[in-house]
Amino acid sequence: MRISTFLASAAAAVLMMGAANAQTVGVTDTSIKIGNTSPYSGPASSYGVIGKTHQAFWEAINAAGGLKMGDGKTRKIEFVSLDDGYSPPKTVEQVRKLVEQEEVAFTFNTLGTPTNSAIHKYMNAKKVPHLFLATGASKWGHPDQYPWTMGFQPTYDVEGAIYAQYALQQVKDPKIAILFQNDDYGKDYRDGFLKSLGDKADKLIVKMLPYEVTDPTVDAQVLEMAASGANVFFNVTIPKFAAQAIKKACEIGWQPLHLLNNVSSSVGATLKPAGLECSKSQGLITAQWLMDPTDPQWKDAAGFKEWSAWMDKNFPGNEKVDVNYVFGYNASTLLKHVLENCKDFSRPGIMGCVANIKDFELPMALPGIKVNTSPTDFYPVQQEQLSKFDGTKWVLFGQLYDASTK
Amino acid sequence: MTRPNRITPLLLIGFLVAIGIGILLPQFYPDFVTYQLTLAMAWGIAMLGLNVLTGYNGQFSVGHSAFFAIGAYSAAIFIEHFGWSPYAAIAGAALCSFIFGFLFGLPALRLEGLYLALATFGLAVATPQLLKFGAFEHWTGGVQGIFVPKPAPLVEGLTPDQSLYYVALGITIVLMVITWCILHSRSGRAMMAIRDNPIAARTMGINMPLVKTTTFGISAMYAGIGGCLYTYASEFVSPDAFNFFIGVYILVGSVIGGIVSIPGAIVGGLFIVFMPHVAEGVSNTYPWVPPPWAVFGVFLILVIYFVPFGVWGAVERGLAWTKRRMAG
Repeated sequence: MRISTFLASAAAAVLMMGAANAQTVGVTDTSIKIGNTSPYSGPASSYGVIGKTHQAFWEAINAAGGLKMGDGKTRKIEFVSLDDGYSPPKTVEQVRKLVEQEEVAFTFNTLGTPTNSAIHKYMNAKKVPHLFLATGASKWGHPDQYPWTMGFQPTYDVEGAIYAQYALQQVKDPKIAILFQNDDYGKDYRDGFLKSLGDKADKLIVKMLPYEVTDPTVDAQVLEMAASGANVFFNVTIPKFAAQAIKKACEIGWQPLHLLNNVSSSVGATLKPAGLECSKSQGLITAQWLMDPTDPQWKDAAGFKEWSAWMDKNFPGNEKVDVNYVFGYNASTLLKHVLENCKDFSRPGIMGCVANIKDFELPMALPGIKVNTSPTDFYPVQQEQLSKFDGTKWVLFGQLYDASTK
Repeated sequence: MTRPNRITPLLLIGFLVAIGIGILLPQFYPDFVTYQLTLAMAWGIAMLGLNVLTGYNGQFSVGHSAFFAIGAYSAAIFIEHFGWSPYAAIAGAALCSFIFGFLFGLPALRLEGLYLALATFGLAVATPQLLKFGAFEHWTGGVQGIFVPKPAPLVEGLTPDQSLYYVALGITIVLMVITWCILHSRSGRAMMAIRDNPIAARTMGINMPLVKTTTFGISAMYAGIGGCLYTYASEFVSPDAFNFFIGVYILVGSVIGGIVSIPGAIVGGLFIVFMPHVAEGVSNTYPWVPPPWAVFGVFLILVIYFVPFGVWGAVERGLAWTKRRMAG
């Protein structure tokens, strides 16, 4: 009798512990707590706009009474966004604060490649969902090693693959030159491009030159590539060097198929300094996935109208030219979609929900771009469309490229 | 204020009580706070180095972030590329930063005051860029940095955070005692003589270049040890983490704590770790309060205006005042 009482109470204790575990940290019947770090101060503070957009997004939803979620409960969203100044150790401190002190259910859209690298192992060791990171590095989609981390935007290597496919289609006998920045960003682009070329890569590449971000110019590299007789130029450079390369190629009359990475596709930051005439004569090609808010062709699109009305309400007087508002709005909308359809709010349950998104269309992505994830596919957005510079703006053409179906 | 604290029974009891509290704290607080306290000690050790250099030897530096980075990176490289234990790596990091500080101190000998401050500023600005530089990338990991796993607990039953905290606490206590001993030795008096009157010091036969460069080396070594502990706590080094602002924080913490003191460094470390969170909390709670960095700035101005000798300077004055009253 005594033994059975003991066993029964032990079993009850085990059951209660089980029940206690089922209650996810940060989730109650009326609220869910979400953490975020953004650079509100420091060198990358222009990206702080993304965090501000998220805050406004969830405040607006709370003001309307909360969000009805997939398990039938309506919850308010407690969105805690902390400043990490784009400094990795500060990110570690702030994310530990979010996880251990604020006790958030998960983190969302934490910004930056070095900053997220610093917390990558921590989040996975703690088994806290680390969702929809605001960085284009390719290492956020490895569920086998890091089952708690998922990226968001098309990765640099995906974009590289798109350019490779286009070059193979367009140029009969491609001789390819690549100029890339010698760091993770440049190598991601380069590797995606090479992988997409496949076995032929060795034969097709005639020149592959790195540059250091500390170099004064890339003129020498451009001359060397032009002299190699290349007819395709894959330009993986940040705006300052992109402008130099475009200008130099134009000056020496080199007319390859010029593929410019999206990082430097800004008309103001790259093409104007390079000279708009030069940029036009080079016939620059880039890949895009976000709707450019300044492009008049979207003014009647449903997604643009929705975003524009939301901006007028939440950021009155804003000129609506900063693409970071577009980025943030898309990411928050995706999370809203996940929460609305999620039935299990345990941490593994949340991971299950984010790994099961089917054909969701973001309001401010190019038409036809759909978000898809699966337990083996942790890259939400993988489609982009090419566009060509017409002398004043980028003009989309062709079909959507999808890197998930090779 | 210009001389190091003398040992009085009160001070000794205070020191022992502080150690006791330090040992007990992790038992009452969660790992996150323990980790923050470890960060505070890492900063504090670097500030102690700056106190020795600036407070007691009169040489200025806004570039201690560079030595902080050298300590952090050399420890990370010893662990990652040479497979050293994290504790051996602390010693290695200390040695590397001492040598670097000593060598930097040689040309800096010719520089006084503002000019030395500018030279150290240059060092602080150059360091993150050099860490990213292609030629060193194999060692430094370039922009991506190096992942440094947190040392495994030394004693069973402690969490890695608690274990690291006790390591940091031990190092802090040892360095504070060593500093006290140095300052009360012949060399310490030579340091202060150089600060107070270089001409008189030279006349008395003090080897100025040797004392000044050695002080620079010791100061850099402290900063390096601090950087090393900071890295163990954060588990990650990357160039952007050691920008010029880190050098300014070390200076700010030193001044807030009391730059001509030993215990003030710990106060400074606590300030640099906890004040931004307080400012962020205040700013987020009350809508009429300006953004966190404005709160931080205003607080700083008030401190400098009302207690220019720092928190520990104020404590010492308070004690002296009480003593006079009691005697009177």
